[in-house]
Amino acid sequence: MELIKPNTKIDFMGNRRYAYAFTTVMLILALASIPIKGHVRLGIDFSGGAMIQVKFNKTVDTDHIREGLKSLSENLIVQKLLGTDEFIIRMETPEEGADKLSQRVQGLLNKEFGTGSSEIRSLEMVGPKVGKDLQNAAIWATIIALGMLLVYMAFRFTFTMGLGAIFCLVHDLLIVYGFFAWTGKEFNLTILAAMLTVIGYDINDTIVVCDRIRENLKLQKKAPLIDIFNASINQTLSRTVLTSGFTMLSVVAFLALGTHILQDFAWALVIGIIFGTYSSIFVASPCVLELDRVLPVKR
Amino acid sequence: MIQSLQWRGAIIGVILVVSLFLVYPSLGPVPEFWAKHLPNNPVRLGLDLQGGLYLTLEVQSDLAVEALTDQTISEASALMKDASIRYSDVVRTSPTALSVYLKDPGQEPLFDEKVLDKLHSFKKVSSGAADKGFEIQLELDPKTVESIKQRAVRQAVDTIRNRVDQFGVAEPDVVVQGADRIVVQLPGLREDINRAIDIIKRTARLEFKLVDEKGDVAAAEKGDIPSGDELLYQLNRNPRTGVVTKSAFLVKKQILMTGDVITDAKVQPDRGGKMIIHIDLNRIGAQQFERITGEHVRERLAIILDNRVYSAPVIKDKISGGSAIIEGAFSPEEAHDLALVLRAGSLPAPVKILENRSVGPSLGDDSIRLGRNAIVLGMVLIVIGMAVYYKWSGMVANVALMMNLLLIFAVMVSPFLRATLTLPGLAGVALTIGMAIDANILIFERVREELRGGKSARAAMDTGYNKAFLTIIDTHVTNILAALPLIQFGTGPIKGFAVTLCIGLVVSLFTAFFVTRTIFDYAFQVKQIKSMSI
Repeated sequence: MELIKPNTKIDFMGNRRYAYAFTTVMLILALASIPIKGHVRLGIDFSGGAMIQVKFNKTVDTDHIREGLKSLSENLIVQKLLGTDEFIIRMETPEEGADKLSQRVQGLLNKEFGTGSSEIRSLEMVGPKVGKDLQNAAIWATIIALGMLLVYMAFRFTFTMGLGAIFCLVHDLLIVYGFFAWTGKEFNLTILAAMLTVIGYDINDTIVVCDRIRENLKLQKKAPLIDIFNASINQTLSRTVLTSGFTMLSVVAFLALGTHILQDFAWALVIGIIFGTYSSIFVASPCVLELDRVLPVKR
Repeated sequence: MIQSLQWRGAIIGVILVVSLFLVYPSLGPVPEFWAKHLPNNPVRLGLDLQGGLYLTLEVQSDLAVEALTDQTISEASALMKDASIRYSDVVRTSPTALSVYLKDPGQEPLFDEKVLDKLHSFKKVSSGAADKGFEIQLELDPKTVESIKQRAVRQAVDTIRNRVDQFGVAEPDVVVQGADRIVVQLPGLREDINRAIDIIKRTARLEFKLVDEKGDVAAAEKGDIPSGDELLYQLNRNPRTGVVTKSAFLVKKQILMTGDVITDAKVQPDRGGKMIIHIDLNRIGAQQFERITGEHVRERLAIILDNRVYSAPVIKDKISGGSAIIEGAFSPEEAHDLALVLRAGSLPAPVKILENRSVGPSLGDDSIRLGRNAIVLGMVLIVIGMAVYYKWSGMVANVALMMNLLLIFAVMVSPFLRATLTLPGLAGVALTIGMAIDANILIFERVREELRGGKSARAAMDTGYNKAFLTIIDTHVTNILAALPLIQFGTGPIKGFAVTLCIGLVVSLFTAFFVTRTIFDYAFQVKQIKSMSI
């Protein structure tokens, strides 16, 4: 069975201007979320605060919960988990007695909905100091990951190709960021892990293409760069489509069956895989092609 | 070549058998002979998968420094009395500094000789005339401050370890993080989580002080506290009505004895059914206690825990023998918890909860079930897809894939690693499956290219493997590079994810290359096949 015919010759590089336009639009969309939506919604991991997951054994609505817990905090966010009688309740860290929080919440819920009708399934409280530290750790983890990859790429391939790959990664990260900002999904530690995984996955894709380019450069020393790029992408296209498809299968399984934490994780991966595949073809290579004018790719 | 094939087969066989042995205990309870003689480490589940408690505490080590300074005040006063130095006051001016006011400036050399010399960690900063007399300013040197803080954190870790050991969870974990933070993990804690937190963060500082019988408690409650005294409260709960009342005590600030000398604490009901805590003291404590009770017969001794008076019995006679009792209106649980913290020792400084994550067991059960189903579903889809797309070669890749999954878990439970499986870790496994299959896809696509180029099946396979080799190394190494910062910076579940991902990648190198290649070589050499089903 073959999905991509062996002699496919799509002129990816010749049509790169369309890709530039699309990439630019997507990046503007992602960045526009900052002035319009005011950044992503940070989870309590980064912003500090408390989050409680409650399961009811009857149907209740979010307003009723908010009313019942009013005495805890004015700024209560109550969110129903789709298709369940479970709720996520978020609030800022209570000033005092944070460790007694679950008792207080359980007490209030018992009063409002009757004893035994609700169960606190998890409680997370992160102080502002820890939140700040986790934020810093997140930023460092990302920068260090990118830095190590650049060094590895420069060493194994060429510096120019390394730059192309990093540009492509930053592009993907911005898109995932934009996705989270626009959908209002919560950005927490788990999502950060997903983003770094996306980095790993994307570099995978990019390296496969780069590897083929390196190989073809050796075979055809005189051929124009643009032809080599086109040939390399076409030759690896079948693998790219297959791998993306198969990885998508296992990620989609998590989207379908996972709990809400894993569903958001899976969403980050889905977006990351789609745009990672796109960018390893339409961002990384054209980027190297343009950079070649200033920083010629060594042959 | 045949020989090398046998060797490779043998290696794979051994690894398979060892892995099965390692993974078997995770699948369910093991038979008795197994538990006795064979490795029996079920996979360690993270807090998010089995429920439990995760706390980040901050040791307020500044307060430990302050306590030392306070202690020095009474020490200096005693020394000055002994040396007949006349002074008007000793006050703490900052957590690390204090001022002594002498009545006679001429006694400064005497002070230096008899007092300063004995206060090892304090240095004289300046001296000169002031409103309240001749002022000598003393300060702790920064190195001492640093070492007190470090010791406070180390002691706190030890104490908390002692305490959590008594909760009976399988693998409690207490570690220092950074300069003054302690991370406590209690996976599988199923009893009352709030009570556990109470026990962990309780300072449990036990002090014996004298009650100031002459002091006016009523005036003190209005704010007029005699110098050298402090106002503390006792809580009394009526056992029938449960109503709590407070009574005030005026006690002398001087600490006669602290709880450091306790060797054991037990709960015993007295004749009236009230709970009392019986404490045993070590040799030094027994001597101290004997001296104190001997010197203060017919006075009241307040037993104070964390600035709350528990009882204030009148000393009837000198008490020797090294034991004492604490009475108070506690419930059996309170008494039990109190005895526990007294046994485990006090925290050198109070701790503050910075982070608290607790997951109930029911959520953990749900998560693990859903996670497992998601992995199985993903696997089934991929296995079918590979078989359809690459036919027999796809089946070979599927064998490698199954082995990959088995090996990931085997490495995770292996005695060298004992890694923890977390919820994101399960997602890491799912993703690794995708990556592992990518290695085989890369190889197979190369083989197909070579076959289209007209090569024989055998040659096409060799070339395919060789050409894909470097690419696969590159993709795996870069992925590991991206996961490493997560191991370094991540906590709990995230770290679990990164570790799982790294293990998966290393394992996938082995299965995707070594295992599938061996199967193909076997097919070509032993079964003498002439064409590849790909």
